[in-house]
Amino acid sequence: MSDVSSRATAEAAWVRVALTTLALAFVALFLLVPLAAVFWEAFSKGWQLYVDSLTEPEAWSAIKLTLLTAAFAVPLNLVFGVAAAWAIARFEFRGKSFLVTLIDLPFSVSPVVAGLMYMLLFGAQGWLGPWLAEHDVKIVFAVPGIVLATVFVTFPFVARELIPLMQAQGADEEQAAMVLGASGWQTFWRVTLPNVKWGLLYGVILTNARAMGEFGAVSVVSGHIRGETNTIPLHVEILYNEYNFVGAFACASLLAFLALLTLVVKSLVEWKIARAQAASLNRTREARLASA
Amino acid sequence: MKLRPLLFAPLLALAGTAAHADVTLLNVSYDVMRDFYKDYNPLFQQAYQAKTGERVTVQQSHGGSSKQALSVVGGLAADVITMNQATDIDLLADKGLLPANWARRLPNDSVPFNSITVFLVRKGNPKAIRDWNDLVRPGVQVIVPNPKTSGNGRYTYLAAWGQALRQPGGSEAKARDFVSRLFRNVPVLDSGGRAATTTFIQRQVGDVLVTFENEAEMVAREFGRGGFDVVYPKLSVLAENPVALVDKVVDKKGTRQAADAYLRQLWSVEGQTVAAQNYLRPQHPQVAARYAAQFPPVKTFRVAEVFGSWRAAMKTHFADGGVFDQIYAKK
Repeated sequence: MSDVSSRATAEAAWVRVALTTLALAFVALFLLVPLAAVFWEAFSKGWQLYVDSLTEPEAWSAIKLTLLTAAFAVPLNLVFGVAAAWAIARFEFRGKSFLVTLIDLPFSVSPVVAGLMYMLLFGAQGWLGPWLAEHDVKIVFAVPGIVLATVFVTFPFVARELIPLMQAQGADEEQAAMVLGASGWQTFWRVTLPNVKWGLLYGVILTNARAMGEFGAVSVVSGHIRGETNTIPLHVEILYNEYNFVGAFACASLLAFLALLTLVVKSLVEWKIARAQAASLNRTREARLASA
Repeated sequence: MKLRPLLFAPLLALAGTAAHADVTLLNVSYDVMRDFYKDYNPLFQQAYQAKTGERVTVQQSHGGSSKQALSVVGGLAADVITMNQATDIDLLADKGLLPANWARRLPNDSVPFNSITVFLVRKGNPKAIRDWNDLVRPGVQVIVPNPKTSGNGRYTYLAAWGQALRQPGGSEAKARDFVSRLFRNVPVLDSGGRAATTTFIQRQVGDVLVTFENEAEMVAREFGRGGFDVVYPKLSVLAENPVALVDKVVDKKGTRQAADAYLRQLWSVEGQTVAAQNYLRPQHPQVAARYAAQFPPVKTFRVAEVFGSWRAAMKTHFADGGVFDQIYAKK
C-alpha cells in the first residue's frame, strides 16, 4: 500500500515545490493580500478615526440594522430549513422533487432579481402596493422589505445542509424510538435533532454570514435612507463612493472580521462533526459486534 | 433550546432605540449632493426650530438620479425630491405624486442653484485641452458617464451638441457629427457621475473628465489641487438642479409645512451661501457677487433654449433607438 501511494506522489522535487509555491502564491494573492489590504486601509489614518467611523450614527445604525436583519432571517430559516429537510429526508410524497427545486431557487435567481420581485409585489406600483398603502403597511424601503429579501436569499442554506445528512443517517434510530413508545415530538427533540445538531449549526452559520453580507437584493428594496435602511454592505458602498475610504474600509473590516469569526466557528463545528461521526460509527460497530 | 434567548436578545436591544423627533423629512437626492445637504440640513433645523419650536429630523437618500426617482415612484416615501434635471421630477408628476405645474411653485422654476459642465484634466494639461474641439481630437480619451442612465452624462451630451450647433455655420448634421466623434473618444461609459470620477481619479483612465463644476471642484478639494486642473469651455450648458415637494407623501404624513419651509430656505442668503461654498452657482445676486471670484464667467445656454424642453430632448436623444443609441451603435 505505502509503496503504491508513495510512487503515485513521487514527482520530481522541483515539480512538487513549484506546484506548492504556485498554490500558496495564488492563495496569498487572491485571498490574503486583499484581506490584509482592507484592514491596512481601515487603520491607515489611525485607531481613533477607525473607531470614529464605526461609531458615527449612520454607521452605527447600519450595524444595528444588519444585526436586526440577521436576527430575523436566521431563526426563520432555521425553522423553515429543519421542517423542509425533515419532510424531504423522511417522507415520500407527490411533488417532492418540485419542493427540492423550489428550495434551490434562491441560489439560482440573481439577488437583484430577487429584490425586484419584491418591488413588483409590494412596491407602490406593484400588485399589492395600493392595498398596502391604504392600510399604512410599509414593506419595501423599510425594514420588513430588507428582512424579506434577506430571508429569500438565505433560504436554502439550512435545508441544503441537512437534507444529505439526514438521508445518509437514515430513519433507523427514529423508528427505534417510535417502537419504544416515543411520541413524534419526543422523537424529534431526543433523536432527530441531536443527530443533526452540528450540521444544523453549520447551516445556521452559513445563513448568518450571507444574511449580514447580502448586497444585491437588499440594495433594490432598501431605498438607501441613511441612518434608517442602510445595512453595512450598502453603507460601505456609499462611503466608498464618497471618497471616505477610511470609513468604507473600517466598515468593510468589520464585515470581514465577522466573516473570519464565522469561519473560525465553522472550522470548530466541522471538527466537532468529524468527531461526532467517528463516535457514532464506533457505536454502531460496537452494537453490531454485541448483537452478533 | 438554550439558543432562543440569545437569538432574540439583539431584537430587544434594538427595540428601544428609535430616535424621537417632532417631524421627520426624507430628502431623496442624487449622487453627489451629499456634501451640500450635510451642511444645509443643520442650518434648516436650527432656523425652523427657532421659528416654530418644532424639531425636524432630515433623512437623506442618495443614488443615481433616475434610479432615485424610480424608487420614489415605487413607494419610497420622499417628502422632497432634489434632482439634477426636471425630467426626473416630471416622472413623478406623470405618476400623480405631484401636480404637473410643480416647477412654478417655487422661484426660478424651482431651481435654487445651478452648475455647469466643465473639464477636469490632469495637472499641467498635457493634452492641451482648452475647449470642446479638443475633445474630438484623435488620441484624446474622454471620460463621460452614460447619458442613458445619468443626468450628468446627459448634460455633457447636450452641452456638446448645443455648442456645436452655435458655432458659425453650425447645423443639426454638424452637431450630430461632432457628438459622434466625441463619443468615439470615450473608452468606457460609467453608470453615474461618481463612478466616472472614480474611473478618472482612482483608475487613472482618460485624459479629461467632463462633469459638473461642483463635482470637479470637489475632486480638486478631496484629492489636492496638485493633481488636476479645471478647464472652462467657452460655451457650456446650464445644469439646473430642480427641487420639489412630493404632495402625495407630505399630505399623507402631514409634513407639508416643514417640507415647504425646507425647500424655501434653499433660496435664503444662508442656504445660497452653503451652495456657493459647495461650488454650486447661487441664484441670489448678493451671494453670487460675494463668491464671484470662484465662479469664472462662462457663457451658457439652457436645455430648453436649444432643445425646446427637457422632455423633447429626452425623447429625441435618449429614448430607446434615439439619437444617442444610433450614434453609439455605430462606434
